[in-house]
Amino acid sequence: MEWFFLLSGLFLGWSLGANDGANIFGTAVGTRMVKFRTAALVATIFVILGAVISGGGTTETLGQLGAVNALAGSFTVALMAGLTVAMMTKMKLPVSTSQAVVGAILGWNFFTGSPTDYKALVEIVGTWIFSPILAGIFAILLYLLARRFLGNARIHMLQMDAWTRIGLIVVGAFGAYSLGANNIANVMGMFVFANPFESVSIGGIAQFSGTRQLFLLGSAAIGVGIFTYSYHVMTTVGNDIFKLTPILALIVVLAKSLVLFVFASQGLERILLSVGLPALPLVPVSSSQAIIGAIIGVALVKGRTGINYNTIGRIASGWVTTPLIAAALSFVALFFVQNVFEQEVVKQRDNSPTEVQADIPSDVSITPNKQYHYATINMTGFDAYCSKPYPSHGVVTGSVQAGL
Amino acid sequence: MAQLFTKHKQIEGEIDDFLDLIIEGGLLFKKGVHFYLDGRSEEFEARLSDLRRLEKDADKLRRSIETKLYLRTLIPEFRGDVLGLLEHSDAVLNKIADTLLLFSVEIPETLEDLNESHYDLAHNAIDASENMVKAIRAYFRDLSAVRDNVKQVQFSREETNRIAEKYKRDVFQRTNLRLSHKIHLRYFAHNIESIADEAEDVCDRLSIAAIKRYI
Repeated sequence: MEWFFLLSGLFLGWSLGANDGANIFGTAVGTRMVKFRTAALVATIFVILGAVISGGGTTETLGQLGAVNALAGSFTVALMAGLTVAMMTKMKLPVSTSQAVVGAILGWNFFTGSPTDYKALVEIVGTWIFSPILAGIFAILLYLLARRFLGNARIHMLQMDAWTRIGLIVVGAFGAYSLGANNIANVMGMFVFANPFESVSIGGIAQFSGTRQLFLLGSAAIGVGIFTYSYHVMTTVGNDIFKLTPILALIVVLAKSLVLFVFASQGLERILLSVGLPALPLVPVSSSQAIIGAIIGVALVKGRTGINYNTIGRIASGWVTTPLIAAALSFVALFFVQNVFEQEVVKQRDNSPTEVQADIPSDVSITPNKQYHYATINMTGFDAYCSKPYPSHGVVTGSVQAGL
Repeated sequence: MAQLFTKHKQIEGEIDDFLDLIIEGGLLFKKGVHFYLDGRSEEFEARLSDLRRLEKDADKLRRSIETKLYLRTLIPEFRGDVLGLLEHSDAVLNKIADTLLLFSVEIPETLEDLNESHYDLAHNAIDASENMVKAIRAYFRDLSAVRDNVKQVQFSREETNRIAEKYKRDVFQRTNLRLSHKIHLRYFAHNIESIADEAEDVCDRLSIAAIKRYI
């Protein structure tokens, strides 16, 4: 039965792969600069790598918002998020998987009476607004850099074509890695606290944690989405939205990928904190909205007038409508799952302290609001934390007390 | 990756060869007109024969480039512009060859005192085609130079038109020539003039294509 419950997450992964795969390689495949098979293979490999290696950070932030700790609850939350995305897409309304997932988790919080971490919520919502702006800034900088370099380079058009093809694949690989790292939380985040996988040892050398197995499964679903359906999106919807030349597509995809990366990279966060700079929150952001931000950035710097502010308004309205619809659907569906199908959508709470192992660099000063990030540096510790009933209150060994 | 660059390099080389043929065609035309006006018919016919062979080679090369650009789906966003440029610049070469052929077929009775104008006309028309080739090469490698070369083409075309007009006025003001003779000479001046006109048309297309290439 627990495998059945994972299906909704896999469906969400499939739909994310079908749509966001087009964001990464849409123009490259649409203009036949890159073959679909090559694009799909590269995207799938790097989505999996991104999810398994760097997927922990954003998942933890979603976990702060609401730790869905029963499989039937996770199933319902993921299913309703997926349904919201499908419905809004059908109605041609702007939609983001990230926002639908957050809304569905909030619906679970309201239904189960679990507390919502409003600090985390503000952090997440702030990121939705900030990420397209940041993508626009990155796109402007990259565009100016490219124009300066290409203006002086005097490269033959055909050589440029060859370099652009290579660039599109490399940037696409980075985009896929960032997508996996940032958006795996949308696909499998709600299953982490009700993870059916046990940690396994690989030849006694390394441990493959349950969370990483979950991420592997989710990213494989994203890969299936890319292979089975993204071609359709790339050659139809993708081209209608993004009329970009291959070089501009490269700039836009790189800008978007950088945004997804900075909001997913625990390594970057550690570096920023270690030099005393404020770290960006690790939050799953909408890849579509980031790419639209990047396109607007390029359009502005090229001096294009006639930016469709109605479109921008429609996108911004999605920030409000998507989570609201997802929350409402999730709330109603959880009621049915619990009372009609008699499934456990929330586990009994255990407020006893839990000890969690975490590797904390001794030379790093930890501010109270950043303690949770360090507590997850060690994935084994994170798994231990995840396996505890919500809301676990962990005590990080060492000199730091972390309010997990 | 190396294979990708080799394929691109090969077509790049073919485009350069094609443009070289246009330059060579222009030089043969200038020589041919000189030999015709100087009455050196054997040398003239030899140049004409070289030019006709060269024109066929250029046609073959152009078709080969076009096929490869399509089959290998290269430069997708500029392919239409590039193919258009190659076809129209090939038309300039065809015009050069056809005009020299007309000298061989119709054997116009040129006027010795207007030979200098005839040389000038041919030189300026070929200058326009040579600058057109430079502009096309710049389009592929150095966009900032396209504008300068296009300006030179425009200048050569204007100069050609000015010389042609002077030549025609001169011919038609003569009372000792038959009208048919005058019309025949005007026809040759017009044909040479249209080489420069076609080169300018290619550059008009090129200017638009260059704007599209700026990222």
